Amino acid sequence: MSTLIAVLFDGLSYGMLLFLLSVGLSVTLGLMNFTNLAHGAFAMLGGYVTYALVELAGWPFLATLPFAFIVTAIIAAGFEVVLFRRIYKSGELNQVLLTIGVVFASYAVAAFFFGTVHHSVELPGYLKGFVEIGALKLPSYRIFLVVVALLITTVLVGVLEYTRFGAMVRAAVDNGKVASGLGLNISVIFALTFALGSGLAGLGGALAINILFIDPNFGFHVLVPVLIVVSIGGLGSIWGSFVAAAALGIFDVVGKFLFPEVGAFLIYLFMVVILFFRPNGLFARR
Amino acid sequence: MRKTLTAVCALTLSLLGGSAMAQDTVKIGIINAYSGQFADPGAQLDAGIKLYMQQHGDEVAGKKIEIIRKDVGGIAPDVAKRLAEELVVRDGVDILAGALLTPNALAMGDVSAEAEKFMVVMNATTPVIITKSPYMIRTSATASQINGNFGAWVAKQGVKQVYTMVTDYGPGIGSGAAFEEAFKAAGGEVVGQDRTPVVNPDFAPFVQRIAEAKPEALYVWVPGGTQPPALGKALAERGITAKNTKIYGQGELTDDAALEAMGETAAGIITAYHYNVHRDDPLNNEFVKAYRDANDGRDPDIYSIGAYDGMAAIYKALEATGGDASAAALIKAAKGMTWDSPRGPMGIDAETGDVVQTIWIREVQMVDGKPQNVIIDQIDNAR
Repeated sequence: MSTLIAVLFDGLSYGMLLFLLSVGLSVTLGLMNFTNLAHGAFAMLGGYVTYALVELAGWPFLATLPFAFIVTAIIAAGFEVVLFRRIYKSGELNQVLLTIGVVFASYAVAAFFFGTVHHSVELPGYLKGFVEIGALKLPSYRIFLVVVALLITTVLVGVLEYTRFGAMVRAAVDNGKVASGLGLNISVIFALTFALGSGLAGLGGALAINILFIDPNFGFHVLVPVLIVVSIGGLGSIWGSFVAAAALGIFDVVGKFLFPEVGAFLIYLFMVVILFFRPNGLFARR
Repeated sequence: MRKTLTAVCALTLSLLGGSAMAQDTVKIGIINAYSGQFADPGAQLDAGIKLYMQQHGDEVAGKKIEIIRKDVGGIAPDVAKRLAEELVVRDGVDILAGALLTPNALAMGDVSAEAEKFMVVMNATTPVIITKSPYMIRTSATASQINGNFGAWVAKQGVKQVYTMVTDYGPGIGSGAAFEEAFKAAGGEVVGQDRTPVVNPDFAPFVQRIAEAKPEALYVWVPGGTQPPALGKALAERGITAKNTKIYGQGELTDDAALEAMGETAAGIITAYHYNVHRDDPLNNEFVKAYRDANDGRDPDIYSIGAYDGMAAIYKALEATGGDASAAALIKAAKGMTWDSPRGPMGIDAETGDVVQTIWIREVQMVDGKPQNVIIDQIDNAR
């Protein structure tokens, strides 16, 4: 029984890690309808911010997390203004080419500054090891991940659904012309939204280094699982990404536990089956 | 057709170019991963080559050594083959070297055999590679050399049952099989076998299976890089330590990054390896210091030492032939050679051309409050 719970919890927490990495994409790709393959590069940026602050500047891990968000958001906003803004209307292929180009460039930049070797960060003592509940051993860091994921979901759903900013974003995305006719500054809203999505990517990256580690390939590594989560969850749905990531994580871990021979393949089977019956994902907004 | 063409081209070139290009340079073509997923081990390998040349100059037996580097970009045997052909035909290299990855090494071996070029495998560890060309030597290690000897050693310690978990690709499966075979031959029993994915594995479910099976001993093989510390964390987070389960593995398992991730939970893990960065030995200390100075303080690893000794083998063979870089002369000189390396005494098998060296058995012990690999036994002249 305790093994079952432990396996389910491992799955859930792995799913939450996927969620933290992909929730930003469900904002940029999902809400803004921008095919943003550079998402992984922004996640990597956040990871390196945390790495640099913890290992080079000696900050405590938790204190670096807001900076991973803010620095990534600011740099991403710069990219939005200079590059991405120009191709919102020029079709998916152009968006794919430009954003994947950013990922390649990010590899070279990261390798230049931090070397090709992988890095991790020193965690504070209370996030190391495991928490024992009876016969059950739950890793502390994974408990922390689940809590953070729940927190972010609540805040994000609150912001996008119940605040004026959220209403403005939805209006700008659904019908830009009318929204700007009503006096909304569309380009500022888009830049802010993109910064929000990428900032979340940066935060996800920072939280992921303890499990996935960070190296210049990070932008490519996370791309596939993150795209799977967003496509299963349904574009633009925060809850969708949450549910999809949790299901995916549990399915993956339980599958590997029970059938280790085919375990690595099950996650793709899961995606095929879901998309076969729900081509737009579980909670498609459009 | 293409093979014949290559052979003809190579032949023409060696007839025309070889004599025309005055015999005062020896060109070494390095095929290595300088970009992509394997760029990091590739960089370490290249640093090994550079350090050797920095220490020993670029002249041997009156010949100037010229290095030509080619980036194969990852696991790409077809690219490796094309690059090797280009190196031989267009650049007129005398020696092929590098071979970070097994599939690429196999492809290079074909070219070495056909074009009759001396070849040095500086890393790839799959045993069969060495049979691909009669002009090939290896200066890294072989999967069976480390793990076969280790399996027999573990059985000798009185371990009866072992659970194995290896990465689901060539080197992992090969190493696991070598360990299991030797372990079983010595009377042991394999009670469970799991294979973990190559890319981005979350070790949680596999570690959970081990926690459930409660074996006497665990043997793991994972590739170096991010996986050892990730696995170390997964084991520590679920309370599997050497205190309740004997843990064995190849040296990567307890590299410095992994030890840092595991902390004192690593104590008691026993690994086998052919190179120890921290082994206190004058030659090794000097090597490590020079390597750190040349690479922003980074430690050498098995890729660096494989390449360093690969260059040593080339230099020593050229000295023995008096600068004759023909494959026949070099392989004759190289086979049976022995020398002292920072890793310990090593040599080239006189029959196969494969590496002969000491395999070190290390146990993680707490030294001054920090986990370290302490050598507890050694297997000399391991093949």
